[in-house]
Amino acid sequence: MRKAALFAGLLAGFSTFAVNAAQAVEIEYWQYVFDTRVKAMDQLIAEFQKANPGITVKQVTFPYADYQTRVIAANMAGNAPDVMQLFYGWLDKFVAGGLLQPLPKDAFPHDKIEKDFFPIVTAMKRDGEYYGLPTAVRSLALFYNKKLFTEAGLDPNNPPKTLDEYVAAGQKIAKLDGAGNIVVAGSTVDMGGQDHQWWREVLIRQFGGTPYTDNDTKVAYNSEAGLKALNFYTSLQLEKKIGKAGFMDEGQAAFRGGKAGMTIDGTFRLGSFKTIKDFEWGVTELPANAQGVRSNYASYFANGISAKTKGEELEASKKFLAYITSPAAMDIWLKTVGELPALRSAALTEANLKDPIYAPFLKGLEYAHTTLFKDELGQRQNAIDMVNRVLLEGQSTKDSLAQAAEAEQEMIDAAKP
Amino acid sequence: MAAIEQREAASGRPISGSGLSMRTKRLLWVWSFLAVPILFYTIIRFYPTFQAFYLSLTNWDLVRPPKLVWFANYIKLYKDPQFWKVFRNTFLYLIVGTPISLVLAFAIAYFLDRVRFMHNFIRALYFLPFLTTAAAMAWVWRWFYQPPPIGIINDVLALIGIPQQPFIRSTNQALYSIMVTAIWAGLGFQIIIFMAGLRAIPNTFYEAARIDGLGEWAILRKITLPLLKPTTVFLVVFSSIGFLRIFDQVYNMTTNDPGGPLGSTKPLVLMIYQTAFNSYAMGYAAAQTVVLFTILLIVSLLQLFILREKK
Repeated sequence: MRKAALFAGLLAGFSTFAVNAAQAVEIEYWQYVFDTRVKAMDQLIAEFQKANPGITVKQVTFPYADYQTRVIAANMAGNAPDVMQLFYGWLDKFVAGGLLQPLPKDAFPHDKIEKDFFPIVTAMKRDGEYYGLPTAVRSLALFYNKKLFTEAGLDPNNPPKTLDEYVAAGQKIAKLDGAGNIVVAGSTVDMGGQDHQWWREVLIRQFGGTPYTDNDTKVAYNSEAGLKALNFYTSLQLEKKIGKAGFMDEGQAAFRGGKAGMTIDGTFRLGSFKTIKDFEWGVTELPANAQGVRSNYASYFANGISAKTKGEELEASKKFLAYITSPAAMDIWLKTVGELPALRSAALTEANLKDPIYAPFLKGLEYAHTTLFKDELGQRQNAIDMVNRVLLEGQSTKDSLAQAAEAEQEMIDAAKP
Repeated sequence: MAAIEQREAASGRPISGSGLSMRTKRLLWVWSFLAVPILFYTIIRFYPTFQAFYLSLTNWDLVRPPKLVWFANYIKLYKDPQFWKVFRNTFLYLIVGTPISLVLAFAIAYFLDRVRFMHNFIRALYFLPFLTTAAAMAWVWRWFYQPPPIGIINDVLALIGIPQQPFIRSTNQALYSIMVTAIWAGLGFQIIIFMAGLRAIPNTFYEAARIDGLGEWAILRKITLPLLKPTTVFLVVFSSIGFLRIFDQVYNMTTNDPGGPLGSTKPLVLMIYQTAFNSYAMGYAAAQTVVLFTILLIVSLLQLFILREKK
């Protein structure tokens, strides 16, 4: 009796196992909560499941602030997702923690990755292995308020092309009240926004330097170029008075409120700015320097496969990753989220290049740089403090720059595994 | 326990059939009920507390297993100039914030106690901020403090001809600007407690004092304040702990540059948060937590000692 029951149980277990194997594999996909991203992913999953009836994908999301901790904790607890989204800047930590496996070369050959994707994808490469691929990428551009341009007597269809033109336009737009307070900013000055990226990867290069060397592990901006870049940036507030840090609380708020002529921001701001009703705005490439040198900062969230995924889940994950990094998926992502396709062929289409909003961002991708942050928030804070020391405490730009370079080098060294 | 034993002895009921005395049975019952909160507390409070002490001696970074580094975290903390700045900020919140908030709360409670006209309404107004979410209040104040053209406080200053103030955009004013909001938020609670304390003082004392011809000031000094001491002790400890743990107001009023500008408003708790959840240096963050714990312990014990009942 007991034996029979045992046998029956065994049989039942075995048969469900066999049926499961033949029928469905479920894999888990994790990303952080951001309304349009979640919607886009739902759509991608539906498309993918239609094409691959044997596979179901479960999307799990967490608030951005918790996301990293959740992934790491889940990995320790042994229930990590199969495919996960990660910011390119987290890669070192995720690889060191054994969270990711190298992308299998059979499904994702390196020569193909390097040929098809924008060059910034190399930020996902460590020791000759790729650990993830992006669906979409983000870059910066100059947003400008056409109404304020017209009011200041500037041509709203001819936004500034060089840094000099940018400053000149800013000075024309900026309005001060009797007490010298800014009422309308020519351009926003907000290091806590995207300006720190602009200073680091764009201005320093335009003044003839490089922000870092040795794979971004050696701080190199304590140089004449770095100083010129910092002088230029702080002079926007101190001498040219085209903007003021903290004006309307945040740069993006000032622009949204129609109180700033220009602001530098990324593709991710498009969704928010598209709801502006009070005025028309335009986008243009970040201003070049006098010699025509341009640069940009690009970043992205990539998708990687968990180190613990194997067998049929791994096969399913490979298929899913291949799908979400395909041109079709990127098209859906662009339409839903507004982020630019990471594949050249999907991004640089005629329609996209004609689009007045996407085109400046896409052009920026061609010459963009991607900082390999070791401690993203720490390095950002360091740049904010560097500018604040000059703006608030009157420290000389030279001393502040030197102090920032030293502090950042320490931060980078401390993050070494 | 003693109460139960006494009652037991008094009732002197016979031993029941199960072989256990009534007293043992009762004790068993009492302890099995007590065991639930004790167990809960041990798992939720004490275990993590001791774990934090252990973690502070390791280099745990969340992804790799912790390795014992002994006192390296504490040495690093001692040498970290940012820590000393944060330490100073935390004590500024405490040393300036606690007395101001208590004096203010007492003054308001003292006079509100005598107001009959719309008493409940005024009291409710003072209590309202205490009921509001700290995050929501912090954002409202953040907008109050903005430079022109959107900051209300600066608009008012402009009206009366006082130059514009940078408030939370200044390294000198930011800490006090945030402290004001924290004091305001906690005021309602302190007023209520003070008023309860004032009401508890028997009227006969006051009557006797007035018959003896004591002035208001003397009554306040000789009767009200001494008899209010238990209330004051409670509020001093409570408010000190609150200021030592300040976080919500600071974090929400400076989200773009947390604890800024230039770290001038950063309290210890925010530093712990950043070390743990931005840099993922869990061991280092645990060491900071242990330091905070020690400070809280010392400050609380010191206050209880200084304000103790002299018998």
